[in-house]
Amino acid sequence: MFVHLSAFYSYRSLPFCRFFLQIEEEEGGDSFDIHISVSDPEKVGDGMNAYMAYKVTTKTSVALFRQRDFSVKRRFSDFLGLHSKLASKYLHIGYIVPPAPEKSIVGMTKVKVGKEDQSSNEFVERRRSALERYLMRTVKHPILLKDPDVLQFLESSELPRAVNTQALSSAGILRMVNKAAEAVNKMTIKMNESDAWFEEKQQHFENLDAQLRKLHASVECLVCHRKELSVNTAQFAKSAAMLGNSEDHTALSRALSQLAEVEEKIDQLHQDQANADFYLFSELLGDYVRLISAVKGVFDQRMKTWQKWQDSQMLLQKKREAEAKLQFTNKPDKLQQTKDEIKELEGRVQQGERDFEQISKTIRKEVSRFEKDRVKDFKMSIVKYLESLVQTQQQLIKYWEAFLPEAKAIS
Amino acid sequence: MSSFDENNKERLRSVSVDLNNDASLLIDIPDALCERDKVKFTVHTKTTLSSFQKPEFSVPRQHEDFIWLHDTLVETEDYAGLIIPPAPPKPDFESPREKMHKLGEGEATMTKEEYTKMKQELEAEYLAVFKKTVQVHEVFLQRLSSHPVLSKDRNFQIFLEYDQDLSVRRKNAKEMFGGFFKNMVKSADEVLIAGVKEVDDFFEQEKTFLLDYFSKIKEATAKAEKMTRSHKSIVKVSPYNLNKNTHSVNTNDVVFLQILTLDHISDLFEKLRKVEGRVASDEELKLTELLRYYMRDIQAAKDLLYRRARALADYENSNKALDKARLKGKDVSQAEEHQKRCLQKFDTLSESGKKELTNFKARRVVAFRKNLVEMAELEVKHAKNNMTLLQGCIELLSGN
Repeated sequence: MFVHLSAFYSYRSLPFCRFFLQIEEEEGGDSFDIHISVSDPEKVGDGMNAYMAYKVTTKTSVALFRQRDFSVKRRFSDFLGLHSKLASKYLHIGYIVPPAPEKSIVGMTKVKVGKEDQSSNEFVERRRSALERYLMRTVKHPILLKDPDVLQFLESSELPRAVNTQALSSAGILRMVNKAAEAVNKMTIKMNESDAWFEEKQQHFENLDAQLRKLHASVECLVCHRKELSVNTAQFAKSAAMLGNSEDHTALSRALSQLAEVEEKIDQLHQDQANADFYLFSELLGDYVRLISAVKGVFDQRMKTWQKWQDSQMLLQKKREAEAKLQFTNKPDKLQQTKDEIKELEGRVQQGERDFEQISKTIRKEVSRFEKDRVKDFKMSIVKYLESLVQTQQQLIKYWEAFLPEAKAIS
Repeated sequence: MSSFDENNKERLRSVSVDLNNDASLLIDIPDALCERDKVKFTVHTKTTLSSFQKPEFSVPRQHEDFIWLHDTLVETEDYAGLIIPPAPPKPDFESPREKMHKLGEGEATMTKEEYTKMKQELEAEYLAVFKKTVQVHEVFLQRLSSHPVLSKDRNFQIFLEYDQDLSVRRKNAKEMFGGFFKNMVKSADEVLIAGVKEVDDFFEQEKTFLLDYFSKIKEATAKAEKMTRSHKSIVKVSPYNLNKNTHSVNTNDVVFLQILTLDHISDLFEKLRKVEGRVASDEELKLTELLRYYMRDIQAAKDLLYRRARALADYENSNKALDKARLKGKDVSQAEEHQKRCLQKFDTLSESGKKELTNFKARRVVAFRKNLVEMAELEVKHAKNNMTLLQGCIELLSGN
């Protein structure tokens, strides 16, 4: 049974999502002419095995791709699969891999069960929008764009199913990252941070993380309240209309009916504003909270790399001590074995040092790229949000100024 | 912290009402004190009437004094044909008081900034409740002063002038009990209004209209209250309450930090929040309070209809009694007297009732006009304010 849900798209919410993508394009646009859209969510299958298939359309002039304009069908677990592959390849060497959208058991179950109500439609729309932003951020990364998994994801008509996406969800990855962080904290040897840059940056991102989370929680609250206000305004509008009908003074009756109409329009404004609050602001903040977590994860990977290097060094030290001891015993085989192990460990230590230096270099580059892109991106998103607020106020002025003569006409 | 528990003097400008423009008797409430549970209103009178001892004077009055005055007027037989202005509702500081409690309890866990901000919000809320209650008490007195008959009431004069505590007069327990009993009987007999056969077209129309209008305005008041409450709760959600990052950072990071710690944004949203707060409270004062007041006023008009219906019923009963007396041939003159009195009472009530109800309609229309116009103007003003704030911030961000 196929259920085509694209018809439900609130034409109001859609423009906001488009704004998002326009910003992304305007920004990194020059060297990467690539635009991805996620659309046409379609329910495939029935019952608990059902899933949502999304159309992923790529429009690009980048030579890596075989065509300039092409589409594929993907499901949510495919996105998660892509992310986990990228994370496993690039996280540990210091690249900031954009996080995938969160899994949601509750939201998805409603959709599977076939509830076609407002909230499950909103859920699908929210997810669609998040998947789109995720892909755009991924392809904006110069290294990730060239990754064969990314190319395959965008181009192949058939994709091997990503298994075990439980562990591979972005929440799962974050859990892994957090565990790494815990391990880092429990490190017996305190990392000798020779580089003040890292210490400073880490602190900076910690602060940012805390503030963004707080802000995000509050904005989610705001969206809720605004929706409630919209409902109450609509109810008041109805009661004002009835009052106007009951009123026997003609001019006052007309004014009350006008008031009812104004309030109805304002109710609509509140709804639109709540959508803007949500799509332009709240989701933006949510994305950034997850992004900052990814950044923090990368710093932790550096710590892990350092730890690995240190461990190898300690092992080497021990082996050397063992070698020294063996010199005085008559165990030529054992001695040789130890010498071999030392050789190997020396190699490992050297590699460890190289890895550490490499990841440090990569992170520096990544962070400054991140800062450059994200600052502009975030600022422009905020501006778009503020502009939506301005629009609301303009509409309010229009409605009330139109009402004023009606009110004055009461005599 | 304890500044609210102690005398909190608030200088409040009285909301101008069309009622207060007869120079012979001008009343306003320029001042109000909040002492724990009690609110003390300063009632200020300016008059050219010789019935008063002085041309200008002020007295302190409590809410209970207003109720006493209202009740004595309601129970005065002579005023049965008048719409008695509805009594002002009790000042309700429950909500801000609860908050103050929370503030006190949470003081230890909050930062200085958070605490100061909450305190400011609390003060604003107190002020809003104050404004509301002063307005409603003031309007009550001004309705009386602008009424040709009620303004001459002896108790009204005492209320305005008597410079001692009125509580002694109030504590007339028998009077209060009597009043309460009367109220009970009145509500039980409300069926009478609907049941009585109407002889006069005017009153028939008024009755139908008022009964229907009352239920509609009650509904509208309830919905307006809900809407205003929602509006206020949005204002309370303070998302943009970020502690400014005071860590020293190198200059390369300053821009990034500024944007992402949203210094400009949090300032902007704080200002927007304040404006929204004013929008919500203006909406409440002009719309919700308007509806609430007229809901009570219509109830008072209904009470008048009720009293007239009773008088009509009495008259009809006296007719029946007269017929019976004539049949029996006993106490006829007595019954005639009674019937004549009932008729007189009914006619007086009808005559003054008609005048009152006509004036009531005019008054209501004027009040609606005034408040709706003011509300629309304020909404426009606040929206323009918001726009300026927003556009300023957008310029700032885009320019960087």
